[in-house]
Amino acid sequence: MTQDIFTQLTNSLVDGDPDAALELTQQALASGVEPMAIIRQGLMPGMDIVGQKFAEGEYFLPDLIIAADGMKKAMDLLEPELRARQQSIESAGIVVIGTVKGDIHEIGKSLVATMLSANGFTVYDLGVDVSKDRFIAKIKETGANILGMSALLTTTMTQQREVIKALDEAGLRKQVKVMVGGAPVTKSWAEEIGADDYAEDAMGAVHKAKKLVGKA
Amino acid sequence: MSKQIKSISSPKLSLNILTPEEVQQIHTATLDVIESVGIRFPSSKALDVLEAHGAAVDRDSMVARIPGTVIEDYLAKAPPTYDLSALDPALDLPLDGNHSYLGTDGCGVEILDVFSGARRRAIKQDISDVARVADWLDAIAFHWVPISAQDCPPESRSLHELQAIWRVSQKHLQTESIVTEHEMHAAVEMAALLAGGKEALRKRPILSIMQCTYSPLAHDGGSLEAGLVAAEAGLPVGYMTMASAGSNGPITLAGNLVVGNAEVISALALMQMHAPGCPVYYAAAQTMTDLRTGAYTGGGPEDYLFGAATNVLSDFYRVPLSMGAYATGAKEPDWQAGVDNALSAFMAVSTLSDMLLGAGLLHGSRILSYEQLLMDAEIWSLLENMFKGIVVNPETLALDTIRAVGPGGNFLSQKHTRQHMRERWLPTLIDRRPYNIWEEKRDGARQWAREKAQQILQEYHPAPLDSQLDEELTRIIGRIEA
Repeated sequence: MTQDIFTQLTNSLVDGDPDAALELTQQALASGVEPMAIIRQGLMPGMDIVGQKFAEGEYFLPDLIIAADGMKKAMDLLEPELRARQQSIESAGIVVIGTVKGDIHEIGKSLVATMLSANGFTVYDLGVDVSKDRFIAKIKETGANILGMSALLTTTMTQQREVIKALDEAGLRKQVKVMVGGAPVTKSWAEEIGADDYAEDAMGAVHKAKKLVGKA
Repeated sequence: MSKQIKSISSPKLSLNILTPEEVQQIHTATLDVIESVGIRFPSSKALDVLEAHGAAVDRDSMVARIPGTVIEDYLAKAPPTYDLSALDPALDLPLDGNHSYLGTDGCGVEILDVFSGARRRAIKQDISDVARVADWLDAIAFHWVPISAQDCPPESRSLHELQAIWRVSQKHLQTESIVTEHEMHAAVEMAALLAGGKEALRKRPILSIMQCTYSPLAHDGGSLEAGLVAAEAGLPVGYMTMASAGSNGPITLAGNLVVGNAEVISALALMQMHAPGCPVYYAAAQTMTDLRTGAYTGGGPEDYLFGAATNVLSDFYRVPLSMGAYATGAKEPDWQAGVDNALSAFMAVSTLSDMLLGAGLLHGSRILSYEQLLMDAEIWSLLENMFKGIVVNPETLALDTIRAVGPGGNFLSQKHTRQHMRERWLPTLIDRRPYNIWEEKRDGARQWAREKAQQILQEYHPAPLDSQLDEELTRIIGRIEA
């Protein structure tokens, strides 16, 4: 029976059915399955299969995003249970991410945030039009070790440099690795402004992030 | 450079891509979306105008739900035809529904230096250089700001970009990089200075304005407010959707057209509410998302279909279209670039899209290549010839000549051949040489294009903008920077 529900949980993620993931998690908790077991034996294997299929080119981004959504729905239920047992899942890293001031373009940044979450990072997504002060405040508050900044316009791209300067001034530059992205952002731009890395797409960002925190 | 723009007009070829019933279905679905889902207009000025004209406005979400009849009534106020004026009237572009014109692409961030071959960040001088080559090319009818002047301050960069082009070319200029109200006021002032005053500018708009929507179903506040300023001044204003199927638009092509259409016509209706009768145009560069990576594709069958379908929509609304064609996703001027740019341009011209954008940029409009610019001009030349179609009349049936030659003869010696041979197309970059000549030299289109661009840059120096006017432009830009 328990093995059955683990298989079903795994399948709910692989088959792209977040509502089923939520329901099965509820059922499992109700029947007394340990939350850590639900995660390790039901959900994580599902995410692994989805990630593997994506890497092999069989699955596309929507498969990944929908699976991540199922995972998140389940985790929202499981996290209070874990806390009650004083257990926790190790985070790959703490990320503060946002689109810089003056820029409202969201989709690429959100995709990166989703992919980072799905890969075990704790992500604080500040949204769009984020001032340097808000980036700094959130990094201080969360103790983040990665900052991700997106910009789609050549005119707002320069804000990435300003934020890095502000990190320096706030004495936070050593604490966080800085990643930049967005259509006009290039490797040479990242180097020029003193960012630690850049990526052209979401999966690239995940690989770079893992590398930056020594998890790859 | 002949001072004669090569447009494509009265084409003999055409393409049936959407039936009138299908267009009606797309239109009905679009009005449903605008009325029931609404469009986000993050500008209180825009929302004020929309509310005063019958939209239900939610100030918190900044979403306006606009009755379909209101959209239709205001779209009907847009002039169906008008001219894009040029500083030199010989280079005016009538948007009369019977012409396709090609423009450059924008707005890239890097340039492949034509002399060193190095890829580097673009600066203001590059814009003038690219504009000189575009000015020389008869295939290029109007300029876009091809690359970003990244050596200029962000707050005035869009104005430096205009100046860089006006310094060297008298062709019409359409800019896509002015996204604030105060920059637009300055741009209008600059254009009016060159046109001979604000009324003269209204009569002869030497500058047109392109703004991007924010898919899905939203606009950018600055772009809206800048557009309203331009509309007041009588500059043609267009709103471009770049709805990308699968990410910020539905995965199905018809659905993607609906989302983009809702964005564009809601903005055009807003312009008509604010300045009834102002010249507006539809603009679009829908594409596919590569769902393996999330990347913008800038090519592929879906792009080509959007290129042809969108002009059917803009015709339905009786406004001109500025269509993102060309603009390959290729990293180099290579096979992929050739396939993308030939097919996308062919499809956009097949429904006689008024303005085509996209010559000269690579990697999804990010890197300018002079080689690509010249190759794109050659593609245009091919199309210009193809769209003339096959003319059938007694002279072209050539019966007398066929009789004279008879079985087994040849046509090389015929007067009829000599009379008509210059009508046939000749390449400048496509290689038709014997194999052994190629084998000896191992050169080809890329090298010839590069050499031609180098030659144009070294030898072609159009009469510069009057130095006093140029100083005035600098002064206007300086005020923004102060």
